[in-house]
Amino acid sequence: MDLTKLTIKEAHKGLKNKDFSAFELAIAYLDKIEKEDDKINAFLSVDREGALEQAREADKRILSRNMTALTGIPTAIKDNILVKGLKNTCGSKILENYVAPYSATVIEKLKEEGVIILGKTNMDEFAMGSSTENSAFGVTKNPHDSERVPGGSSGGSAAAVATDFCCFALGSDTGGSIRQPASFCGVVGLKPTYGTVSRYGLTAFASSFDQIGILTKSVEDSQIVFKTISGLDPKDSTSAEVRPPQSCGGPTSANLENLRIGIPKEYFEGDFETKKTIQESLKLLQNQGAKLVDISLPNTKYALPAYYIIAPSEASANLSRYDGIKFGLSEEGEDLLDGYLKTKEKGFGDEVKRRIMIGTYALSSGYYDAYYLRAQKVRTLIKVDFDKAFEKVDIIITPTTPTSAFKIGEKVDPLSMYLSDIFTVSVNLAGLPAISIPVGSTEAKLPIGLQIIGKPFEENKILNIAKIYNNI
Amino acid sequence: MIKKEDVRHIAKLARLGISISEEVGFQKDLSSVLDYVNLLNEVDVSDVEPTYHPMARFFKKNIVREDIGEDQQIADELIKLIPRTKGRHVKVKSILN
Repeated sequence: MDLTKLTIKEAHKGLKNKDFSAFELAIAYLDKIEKEDDKINAFLSVDREGALEQAREADKRILSRNMTALTGIPTAIKDNILVKGLKNTCGSKILENYVAPYSATVIEKLKEEGVIILGKTNMDEFAMGSSTENSAFGVTKNPHDSERVPGGSSGGSAAAVATDFCCFALGSDTGGSIRQPASFCGVVGLKPTYGTVSRYGLTAFASSFDQIGILTKSVEDSQIVFKTISGLDPKDSTSAEVRPPQSCGGPTSANLENLRIGIPKEYFEGDFETKKTIQESLKLLQNQGAKLVDISLPNTKYALPAYYIIAPSEASANLSRYDGIKFGLSEEGEDLLDGYLKTKEKGFGDEVKRRIMIGTYALSSGYYDAYYLRAQKVRTLIKVDFDKAFEKVDIIITPTTPTSAFKIGEKVDPLSMYLSDIFTVSVNLAGLPAISIPVGSTEAKLPIGLQIIGKPFEENKILNIAKIYNNI
Repeated sequence: MIKKEDVRHIAKLARLGISISEEVGFQKDLSSVLDYVNLLNEVDVSDVEPTYHPMARFFKKNIVREDIGEDQQIADELIKLIPRTKGRHVKVKSILN
């Protein structure tokens, strides 16, 4: 039996039945990473010793019948989520030698369950990018075609799950950074409602967008991990107290007669690669009784430009902390200012510098109203579009991306790269939950993802519908 | 197209050192991004309130906690990360002559 192919649920069953131990399971993954990751470059660091120690502990728990659904399950963590004692580079030279002094809340929660942390995964520098090409430590390859990108910024996590280097992985999603790589790599990617998962210990990029989420091999697995890592955290003042009523679980049987699916026309305009597959998937849901409702989200075309004002603005403030004084790379300057300039010039890559520049410009005196404030007002309109749509429908379905994975080096112009987030950013502007599930592939056998968007805090509904879809 | 002086000015505001060749690159890239985001100018935003945070309506009150220190033993760990220290102090270049 190839242990690395198992889902969380299957691995749990095997561990419980003593078909294999947590130690054997961890070894299987670690060996596979050691043998094959030089071709993929999904990991920035692997903690073999720590993982095996955690596996021994997990085996003790299993023996004493004190196990949970995640005890002994091996995971990989995006390199912007702090794991105490492990490096947290964010894919940047400026944090190349930064070792996390504490663990993120999500990591504490996973460790409590006895999860095995195999290592940290590659990403676009500070999560700014859609391909992992912006990592200071080399691009990750798409497991389906090594000439193509895995998507990004959580490309290392998505590729690790798709290559069976881990049972599941954590990522972060600011403008599509979980859903887009999930779509490109053919795995399940969940971006929860803003606030449902604590951001404590997630390195900040754009604080009103950032959300930790989950990459898995099945929808059921996503649900298991979501249940574990979500919840109010006193250490994150924007984590949410709101809990949905029980009725928001959505359909539980395959009969979808009461389900109204919104199909926004703005996401299906013109001809693009993934369109036909998504339309076929919608037919399948319709055959189960779901009603497809044509809706309009009229401000959709303004989502990407609004995002590329607001997110860089927040980033320019967040990244000002990398001044070489408190931690990270520090270049000696002639005076204090010179030290700042040299540290950032040497430490940050092109895309990070570009976004700091855009954000600083949008926030600068004389341009604030024209750019930043206007974009935040447009954000309101985008949110209102969703609010209105959700009065008529239960969920909204769109393609996750217009195309399948593109080639490494194909998108040289920054703007063309930004456009690959076109179907995912609106969700972040509005703080909504969304999931990408694999629903087919192109002629070249590249995966295609379908995006299900829910009302705030209705993760369980979109997860249940995704499960039903997979069982059709 | 934004001017080179603007690029230098923004870089200075951001405390970001940039080379001469980066100056040219940023001039081109920033101009193309700004051209693109100017699409927002066609939206009528009069009477629209800004949304600084998507979940603002769910926050019923400010989140505060008692101002009591927690003994997390983390201070020493954080001090270890500081590039230049003198004892338990952060060492920086003098800013007054």
